[in-house]
Amino acid sequence: MNLTLKIWRQANANDKGKMVDYKISDVSPDMSFLEMLDVLNNELIEKGEEPVAFDHDCREGICGSCSLYINGEAHGPDRGVTTCQLHMRMFKDGDTIFIEPFRAKAFPVIKDLVVDRTAFDRIQHAGGFISVNTSGNTIDANAIPVNKENADDAFSAATCIGCGACVASCKNSSAMLFVGAKVSQFALLPQGRVEATDRVLNMVNQMDAEGFGNCTNTGACEVECPKGISLENIARMNREYLAASLKG
Amino acid sequence: MALDSKIPQGPIADKWTNYKNHIDLVNPANKRNIDVIVVGTGLAGGSAAATLAELGYNVKAFCFQDSPRRAHSIAAQGGINAAKNYQGDGDSTYRLFYDTVKGGDYRSREANVYRLAEVSANIIDQCVAQGVPFAREYGGLLDNRSFGGVLVSRTFYAAGQTGQQLLLGAYSAMNRQIGRGKIKMYNRHEMLDVVKVDGKARGIITRNLITGEIERHSAHAVVLGTGGYGNVFFLSTNAMGSNVTAAWKAHKRGAYFANPCYTQIHPTCIPVSGDHQSKLTLMSESLRNDGRIWVPKKMEDVKAIRNKTLKPTEIAEEDRDYYLERRYPAFGNLVPRDVASRAAKERCDAGYGVNATGEAVYLDFASAITRYGKEQATIKGLNLNDAALVKKLGQEVVKNKYGNLFQMYEKIVDEDPYNTPMMIYPAVHYTMGGIWVDYNLMTTVPGLYAIGEANFSDHGANRLGASALMQGLADGYFVLPYTIGDYLSNDIRTGPIPTDTKEFDEAEAEVRKNIDHLINNNGTHSVDYFHKRLGKIMWNKCGMARNAEDLKSAITEISELRAEFWKDVKVPGTANEFNEELAKAGRVADFLELGELFAKDALQREESAGGHFREEYQTSEGEAMRRKEFQYVSAWEYKGEPKDAVLHKEELEYENIQVKERSYK
Repeated sequence: MNLTLKIWRQANANDKGKMVDYKISDVSPDMSFLEMLDVLNNELIEKGEEPVAFDHDCREGICGSCSLYINGEAHGPDRGVTTCQLHMRMFKDGDTIFIEPFRAKAFPVIKDLVVDRTAFDRIQHAGGFISVNTSGNTIDANAIPVNKENADDAFSAATCIGCGACVASCKNSSAMLFVGAKVSQFALLPQGRVEATDRVLNMVNQMDAEGFGNCTNTGACEVECPKGISLENIARMNREYLAASLKG
Repeated sequence: MALDSKIPQGPIADKWTNYKNHIDLVNPANKRNIDVIVVGTGLAGGSAAATLAELGYNVKAFCFQDSPRRAHSIAAQGGINAAKNYQGDGDSTYRLFYDTVKGGDYRSREANVYRLAEVSANIIDQCVAQGVPFAREYGGLLDNRSFGGVLVSRTFYAAGQTGQQLLLGAYSAMNRQIGRGKIKMYNRHEMLDVVKVDGKARGIITRNLITGEIERHSAHAVVLGTGGYGNVFFLSTNAMGSNVTAAWKAHKRGAYFANPCYTQIHPTCIPVSGDHQSKLTLMSESLRNDGRIWVPKKMEDVKAIRNKTLKPTEIAEEDRDYYLERRYPAFGNLVPRDVASRAAKERCDAGYGVNATGEAVYLDFASAITRYGKEQATIKGLNLNDAALVKKLGQEVVKNKYGNLFQMYEKIVDEDPYNTPMMIYPAVHYTMGGIWVDYNLMTTVPGLYAIGEANFSDHGANRLGASALMQGLADGYFVLPYTIGDYLSNDIRTGPIPTDTKEFDEAEAEVRKNIDHLINNNGTHSVDYFHKRLGKIMWNKCGMARNAEDLKSAITEISELRAEFWKDVKVPGTANEFNEELAKAGRVADFLELGELFAKDALQREESAGGHFREEYQTSEGEAMRRKEFQYVSAWEYKGEPKDAVLHKEELEYENIQVKERSYK
């Protein structure tokens, strides 16, 4: 296939940035989207131009490094995948593809398509853990049985890869799906209940301090989430937050 | 320098306990005056950083990713072994130890492996306490599955995302310490050298990957948890950024590099689809619990399949060659990885490969779907003879167990593995070789430690499935925190290590010199161009089967390619900005040195053991032929060029296991 790419280029955080057009030919439908960008970058380098910077690492949809807002959707047109798992067979010969960074006040651009998502880390520093020492001197792993349904729901929430697609897709740039998933994982497990009150209060405070917007129940985040993290996690976080506020 | 593995005296089951009872400790007030650098934040580095900080040391942690949570441990799929014996199927510390030594083809260090098996059970306790959501049974207790090379079910898992869940556990432990200020986290930083002062590791030089700034960091000890070097093959299941640079710089500063040729080529990966391919994707070994591996028996069927005139589902049972079940009836589809990979290669070399390139075999879930479907139909009191219903019920069970893997496969290959068998082929996955360490996990440089995949000690010549996660966490949570204390107890009066010294000046100058060369080289080809060529040499001549002639030519070719790289590589942009090409160029420069040492090591080791298969040394049945005279660890000392590396041998002694032919028949 032959494609036209319209890519956001921005030299650094202070640069204004603009869309730049590129042509690419002989794209195989079996290529992943990032492999297509690899080909473009190799051509640019050999021509003496600057390659397009984008974040990526595992290329199997689990590390959460890759991002990209493709034709107006986080991780592009396919469902349940990250950009690195998006394949060119989703596009047609002659298509024009718009490629932009994940945009949010809390995710400043570093260069081109690379953004700074450390706000997510800081939310986790505020409470995304259970305060046990790592000495191994705990109780036997089977000492507390956990209802399978809760264990499975905790796992589903914990499969969030922290990519930020929820924030990029939300008209308010809200991080509620991300924070809700983390709060839920711990809230659903007996080990996490002990600190549940402080955890939800601290994490939500930090989320607000980072400049993420509020949730207005549009649900775009759930649709665009590559891991299918459920909106129920937001509802659970709201319940936890309300209960914690009343206690506090 | 003679190698001293520092294995404690006494019976193997008491060594670790005795050791812990007799080492020097650092009191809590003094720990506050001691700094430790941890490079890498995967399972090993992340768990070490969290535990050291919790003990009271000041930790500086470094990763090249934008968040410690993205280290490549995150991609581990199948599970983590632990000798819990929850299934009551005869597991024990000894049996895990035995399986691991045998699985490693008797090329690992007994004392280290026993300690690993001993602390394994505690890892599961620890992770559950941290909120890791392992798979559970309906009664609320933890579930297990089986992995290759063993006869018990000792693998704990969280669907196909066990590495993710364990890493998020270690990351959460780090977050707690970052929040308390005990860990200072440096993301998007790459380590480019180790700094030695008076012979001891006292710091590192890093490059800030956003600004390009070269920084000096000092500490009383340096820990490398920087993973393996599988990307020397260009195509591997490793992440794009996984690299050998930190380990290689340590090697150049005096850390011996052990058994570089021991590489794990994993049997079940998605086959290569074309020249554009940037990486390969693993399909977890756990799939071999339920998937059966086969190729057609008849060559005409193979041809018809390649012409797409025949579907695999149309081939009758009796016309299928379930070659692992045929050759290894005792372990069947669950033979260890090295054995399964070679068997796939054998069938494909004989012409039975089932895709266009002839490099693929089938992994088929049809029998498992039927078996599970009938089980569910029985439980629910439904009609066992309704084939469509049984299939539907069976597919649901398989989806619950491996759903994310099936989805990954479908997205990449565009075929539905619930209805047609998967196509798989071996790919580079893990490196058993690494920096040589003693029982304390210290390298040959005092104060420099290597943990997890970065070291060499526990897996011998072949790693068993679900043991990498175990080793990473064992090293980081439970082993290093003790052993490093013994060393640091001598540093309580040292005070902060200054960075304005000639040792730091020199190391930084060398780093800058390299970067200047790369950025001003103005050659004609991109970094990937050279990396791909290196990968081809490695795969064709140092891959699943090796011989002296190929290895000799690989050594020459790699050394020539290295010279060409330094002359002709083109790195765009400048050094003082976000510049991924520059970072890649530095990594590939190191791969080009390691690759040559790898081939040299493979040439020197005139035997077949685990992942290292020399065509000249095989039994009449085509199995690996180990040789007693090679029962040692090859630890290489850096002497300028890879060709000049000097071999040191650590003889391996087996007092608790009888060394015998490794059979899975």
